[in-house]
Amino acid sequence: MTLPDLFFYLYAGVCIASAVMVIVARNPVHAVLFLILVFVNSAGLFMLMGAEFLALILVIVYVGAVAVLFLFVIMMLDIDFKQLRQGFLRYLPFGLTVGVVFLAELLLLAGGWVVRPSVAKNVTAPIPTDVGNTEALGLVLYTTYIHYFQIAGVVLLVSMIGAIVLTMRHRSSVKRQNIAAQNARSPETAIAVRKVTSGQGLREQDSAEWVQ
Amino acid sequence: MTFEIAGYQLLPVLPELLLLTGGMVLLMIGAYGGQRTTGLVTVLAVLLLGATGAAVLMLPAGRLETFGGSFVLDDFARFMKVLALGGSAITLILSREFLSEPSRRIFEFAVLVVLSSAGMMVLISAGDLIMVYLGLELMSLALYVVAASNREDPKSNEAGMKYFVLGALSSGMLLYGASLVYGFTGTVSFTGIAAAAKDGSVGLVFGLVFLLAGLCFKVSAVPFHMWTPDVYEGAPTPVTAFFASAPKVAGVAVFVRVVLTAFPDVLQQWQQIVVFVAIASMALGSFAAIGQKNIKRLMAYSAIAHIGFALVGLSAGTAEGAQGVLVYIAIYVVMTLGAFSVILAMRRNGQAIEQISDFAGLSRTNPQLAFFFGMLMFSLAGIPPLAGFFAKFYVFVAAVKAGLIALAVIGVITSVVGAYYYLAIVKVMYFDPPKTAVDPVRFEVGGVVAAAGLLNLLFFVYPAPLISAAGVAAKSLF
Repeated sequence: MTLPDLFFYLYAGVCIASAVMVIVARNPVHAVLFLILVFVNSAGLFMLMGAEFLALILVIVYVGAVAVLFLFVIMMLDIDFKQLRQGFLRYLPFGLTVGVVFLAELLLLAGGWVVRPSVAKNVTAPIPTDVGNTEALGLVLYTTYIHYFQIAGVVLLVSMIGAIVLTMRHRSSVKRQNIAAQNARSPETAIAVRKVTSGQGLREQDSAEWVQ
Repeated sequence: MTFEIAGYQLLPVLPELLLLTGGMVLLMIGAYGGQRTTGLVTVLAVLLLGATGAAVLMLPAGRLETFGGSFVLDDFARFMKVLALGGSAITLILSREFLSEPSRRIFEFAVLVVLSSAGMMVLISAGDLIMVYLGLELMSLALYVVAASNREDPKSNEAGMKYFVLGALSSGMLLYGASLVYGFTGTVSFTGIAAAAKDGSVGLVFGLVFLLAGLCFKVSAVPFHMWTPDVYEGAPTPVTAFFASAPKVAGVAVFVRVVLTAFPDVLQQWQQIVVFVAIASMALGSFAAIGQKNIKRLMAYSAIAHIGFALVGLSAGTAEGAQGVLVYIAIYVVMTLGAFSVILAMRRNGQAIEQISDFAGLSRTNPQLAFFFGMLMFSLAGIPPLAGFFAKFYVFVAAVKAGLIALAVIGVITSVVGAYYYLAIVKVMYFDPPKTAVDPVRFEVGGVVAAAGLLNLLFFVYPAPLISAAGVAAKSLF
C-alpha cells in the first residue's frame, strides 16, 4: 500500500464517518461543523486525484461561504430540534422496512450487473498533463464553453433580482440619504446665526428652524 | 458578415440574445425609473416577447446548430418557442391589473417573466444535458420568485417556498440522472447518448429514470404533481396562468426532445415509464378534481390530467405521436389562458373571487363571460366540435396506431370522468340562482377571454395551419 492509498482511505474514512455524524449529531451546530469536515475531506480526495482547482474551490466556496451561512441560519432560526425528532421512534419500523427493501433492490441490481469494459474508456476529457488544472479550465471556460458560462451568469442575475424583489420594501417612515440634497446645501441654508441673549438661551422655534 | 464568438455561429441564438439584452435594458429602465415605470416596462416586455417570436420565425429555415451541437434550432424548436413566447406575452397582458395596485408595482415582474422566457427558449433548443439543466434553472428560478411576488399574501409566500424547495429536489434528481447518463455513455450531447445507448445498459436506464423524474416534476405529472394544487392556489392568478402555459410548453418540449432524440433506441424502457405516468396523471387529475371547491385548485388538477393526455401521444414514440403532443399542448395553452383570464375577470366589489360557488348564475349577470367560460369548459372536457376534442383525438389515434389500445381506452374513460366536473361548472353558471353581479371586466382581460373562446369555438373550421405546422415540427425530430 503506497502513501496516496493510505491517504485515500484516511480521507474517505473520515469523510463517511463525519457524514454519518452530520445526521446523528444531537446539536445542529455540531452537525454543521461535521459537514465542514466532510467538505474538507472531500477536498483532500480531489487533491489526491490531481484536481487541485476543484479542491481549493470546494474549501473556499463550501467551507468558507455555504457552511458558514448554514451556521448563521441555524443559530438565528432557533429551531426546536427535539420536537422535530419526536416522531423518529414512531416511524422507525416503517423507515427500516423501506430502507431494507431499497437495500435489497440495490444488492439485486449490483449482483446481476456487469459493467461493460468499454465504460472505462468513457473518459472523454482526460486530465491534461502539460498544463495546470486552473489553466486547463481557463482555456476552455471562456471559449469552448462560453455559452454555458454566459447562461450561468444570467441565472445568477435572476437570483439577484429575486432576492431584491422578495426582500426589499419601500418604507415611507425610513429616512434615506439624499446625496444631491446634501451637496446642494450652502452656508446660507445650513447655518443660521442667532444672537443669544445671555441667561435666556435660544427659544424653541429658533432651534427647530435651525434643524430644518 | 461574420457573426460569431469563439468560433461559434451566433445566428441561431439571435432571438435569445435579443430577449436577454432586451430584458437587461428593461431592468435598467426600471432600476433608474423606479416603480412609476412598472406599466411601461410591462408594455415594452410584451413588445420584446413579440419581437423575439418574429425573430425566431425570420431565421433561415431548416435545422440550425451552434455551440458544438448543444443548441439546436429546428422546426420543433420554432413551434414550441413561438408558443412559449406567446404564452408569456399573454400572461404579461393579463397581469397589468395585478401590477397596477400601488403596493404591487414591481417592475421586476415583467423582467423576470422575460428572463424566464429566455430560459424556456434555451430549454426548448437544448442539444445536450448541460444546456437542459441551465435552461431549466433559468426558467424555474424566475418562476419561484414570481410565485411569491405578492408579498403581503402569506399564501403566495407559501406557494413560492413550496415550489422552490420541491423544485430544488427535482433539479437534484435530474442532475443525478444526468450524471449517471454521462457516466455510462461518456457524453452529454443527445446525439452522442443516442449512439452510445444503442446496446443499452442497466445504468443508463437508471439514469433515464431519474432524468424523467426531474422532468415529470416540471410538467407536473403524477407521481411528481404534489406541488401543483398548492402552488396554483397560492400564487397570484396571473402568475398561475403563466405557470399553466409557457413553462408547461417548455417542459413538454424538453421531455419530448430528450426521449425522442437521446433515447430513440431504448423505446421499450422509456415507453413503460411514460405510459405509467400518463395513466396515473389522467386518473389522478380526473378523480381528484371532483371534490374541489376552489376554481384554481380545480384547474391545477385539470392541468395534471391534461399533461397525462399529452403524454399519451408521446408514449407512442412515433412522429405522429409527437405531432399529437404538439397539437395538444398548443390547444391546451389557448384553453388554459382563456380559462384563467375568466378567473381573473371574476371580481366582486374589487375582491377576487375563486370559489366555484361564486360562479352561480353568471349566465344572467354576465352572459358573455359565462358563454365563453362554458365553451372553454366544454373544450377542456373534449367535447366536439371544440378544439379540445381535436387535441385528444390526435393523441389517442397515435396511441392506437402504435398498438397502445389499452392506454387509449383508459384515456377516453378518464376524459369522461373529467367531463363531469367541467360540466358541473357549466351547471353552476347556468342553472343555479344568481348571486350579486360581478364587476365589469377589464378591456384586456375580456379581449383574451374572447380571443381564446373564439379560437376554441372556430378551430374546426380551419384546423389545417396548426395541424400541418405541428406535423412539420414533429418530423424534424426524427
